[in-house]
Amino acid sequence: MALDPSVVGTIIPGHEALVERGRLRFFAQAIGETNPIYGDVEAAKAAGHRDLVVPPTFLFCLDMEKPDPFALVRSLKIDMRYVLHGEQSFEYHALAYAGDTLAYNGKVTDVYSKKNGALDFLVRTAEVTRDGELIARLTNTLVVRNPKAQK
Amino acid sequence: MKTGDVLPSLELPEISRTTLALYAGASGDHNPMHIDLDVARSGGMDDVFAHGMLSMAYLGRLLTNYVPQERIRTYSVRFASITPLHAKPTCTGTVTKVEDGLAHLDIAVTLSDGTVTLRGDAVVAA
Repeated sequence: MALDPSVVGTIIPGHEALVERGRLRFFAQAIGETNPIYGDVEAAKAAGHRDLVVPPTFLFCLDMEKPDPFALVRSLKIDMRYVLHGEQSFEYHALAYAGDTLAYNGKVTDVYSKKNGALDFLVRTAEVTRDGELIARLTNTLVVRNPKAQK
Repeated sequence: MKTGDVLPSLELPEISRTTLALYAGASGDHNPMHIDLDVARSGGMDDVFAHGMLSMAYLGRLLTNYVPQERIRTYSVRFASITPLHAKPTCTGTVTKVEDGLAHLDIAVTLSDGTVTLRGDAVVAA
């Protein structure tokens, strides 16, 4: 099932995410991060930060902090079991910290197929801002496996 | 920082089902393909497999071990291969170019059998 090219330009409903200290500690633990600026507020402050630092890839996690993070995929009739993460990129402009409220605004920027339709690609970008200040831009490419199209 | 510099590699412990359960909870990525064997099998996989973003988080640790995080300008990866359960990833990186105050790094995650699961690049303030 090829993705409809008319989906390019679709605005993804924006959302705001509050960065919680407990969540950052849990994330640091889950990825084995032991640098205290990611888990210990006093250590973060001693290193010149105003609170726990949001680690590089956690901005992706906060993009999923919405009522239904898979709404777009579902609306495109994509079966989540056949979705793989193809590419991910981050462009950083400022650090984010625990206590920040970050706004996410995204859109679909590209769709294409490879291997005679056996693989479909869906590309989205999101801008992350804090009180209007750009924090980061995220670009996400999902790959959809289409078992029936495979030769 | 100069061209050819090799970043200290980061060796990760074996990825267990617990690793994936904790990452699912902490990251908020509850896609059942990573935590529910029944769903993984119904999707044609032999077993659950690791979130790509878990490996990207490990590779992020390689970067923040090397430079303070505020010096990272861009960080991109392509997920080249699935990371199966019980895999032991190693993160590596090299400096490929330094110019205009910016260092360009090639970075990768490789499993003990040689499979490269992630390949990417980062630009950091040198």
